[in-house]
Amino acid sequence: MELLNRISEDLQNGMDEAVVILTQEALEKNIPPIEIMNDGLVAGMNVVGRKFKDHEIFLPDVLLAARAMNRAMEVLKPLLIEDGIPTRGRIVIGSVKDDLHDIGKNLVGILVKGAGFEVIDLGNDVSAEMFISAAREQNAQVIGMSALLTTTMPVMKQVVEMAREEGLYGKVRILIGGAPVSKEYAREIGADAYGFDGANAVDTVEGFFAEGT
Amino acid sequence: MERLLDRLHDGEILIADGAIGSLLIERGLISGHCPEELNLTQLGILEEIAGLYLDAGADIIQTNTFGGSPLKLAAYSLEDKASIINRNAIAAVMNAVSGRAYISASCGPSGKLLKPYGDTDSELILESFEVQMRAFAEAGCDVICIETMMDLEEMLLALSAAKKMAPGIPVMTSMTFNATPRGFFTIMGDRIEQTAHTLEDAGADIVGSNCGNGIENMIRIAREFREHTGLPILIQSNAGLPEMRDGEVFYPETPEFMALKAEELVDAGVSIIGGCCGTTPEHIRMIRSRIADWSKQE
Repeated sequence: MELLNRISEDLQNGMDEAVVILTQEALEKNIPPIEIMNDGLVAGMNVVGRKFKDHEIFLPDVLLAARAMNRAMEVLKPLLIEDGIPTRGRIVIGSVKDDLHDIGKNLVGILVKGAGFEVIDLGNDVSAEMFISAAREQNAQVIGMSALLTTTMPVMKQVVEMAREEGLYGKVRILIGGAPVSKEYAREIGADAYGFDGANAVDTVEGFFAEGT
Repeated sequence: MERLLDRLHDGEILIADGAIGSLLIERGLISGHCPEELNLTQLGILEEIAGLYLDAGADIIQTNTFGGSPLKLAAYSLEDKASIINRNAIAAVMNAVSGRAYISASCGPSGKLLKPYGDTDSELILESFEVQMRAFAEAGCDVICIETMMDLEEMLLALSAAKKMAPGIPVMTSMTFNATPRGFFTIMGDRIEQTAHTLEDAGADIVGSNCGNGIENMIRIAREFREHTGLPILIQSNAGLPEMRDGEVFYPETPEFMALKAEELVDAGVSIIGGCCGTTPEHIRMIRSRIADWSKQE
């Protein structure tokens, strides 16, 4: 549909005002909120995610598109809740304890949210206990952890161990990422997956839900 | 000592030092703690590390002030001590080298994203850099090294703060690029060509790159800089990209390998060669000796 395509395109160009206005226009035309979200906003974010992955666009473009997405979602969210539309899934994310880097983690949050998942961002400096209790309380299906320092990576291992002890292992999938982290490290500590960049993290989360978490 | 820029303009190749953080950790810095906090209490460690790199043959020794801007220190509630933290670090290196090497005051990113992409006003970032640059000028350094920048706009803020608060002190501007199939870009999408032109126009004295790459990519980065600027070029390469081996972080490039490749950096037109993450005094020693032998053959 023409209007939803315009929403997608304006979102890709980071035009947040325009995206909000077009979203309201679509609602006035009685287009269901779920359709506006999926065929307009999420469709646009998918293009942004792919172009970012292919290095056609860079972080500023992603951040501006995400801002447009978030502003339009503020309009849609109450209506989606009213309609009882479930989100695609829930993920808690954070940078691990003693790590104050958050650009990578924020980017993953933005892209995962853009793909229609509910993201609970625990921020920086998040301890193993905080990850586990948030996942439990929020009924999240995925824990996403970021470490930018080699010295803070062991927290990831603690989370996996704690998930085992608490009987969450296998029920809550664990995704790790960050510059010093690797596929081998994920295997070594028993995490479910390693996301080598933001777009790959989204693919991985989608994979978790496709195979059933 | 002869002025740094004069030596570079005369075609001399200078060697800078390698990684500091790993040496601090070996000496008791606890991971996750503020590395610059040691500047308040452990000046002996800073002097010792400067001495190691001086002995390895470095002509330029960096200060432990990478995260010393108030915005960055605020993550540890140390922003009020920014000035003393920066001045102490310079004093420690000064003590250790006593005129045998140039003192390079390191300045890293604010850790904030500028509006409209992030939430921070440019004025706030500029003021933060100004505090750090004023401290550099007060303590007295030979050169200021703004490094690991990934946003050209933030780099320009730091450069203008340096020019304003520390006039007369040369400034090295060093950015971190990612290799993509379409060439080298910062995470914010800045290319080398645009970076070189913009920084030269803004008054940078030396341009270049550090971190994010092993030395082979750095040779490509240096060549691309050379195509677009006549300024001296600085390259501080990682010892490759970190790998995990048996739960330990491992940087794959040996001192021998980096020293061998350093010749290609010189061929590419680089004037200052140093190391970043994963490099050690041994890397610097080998690079120093290789470049010295090789210069003599020329």
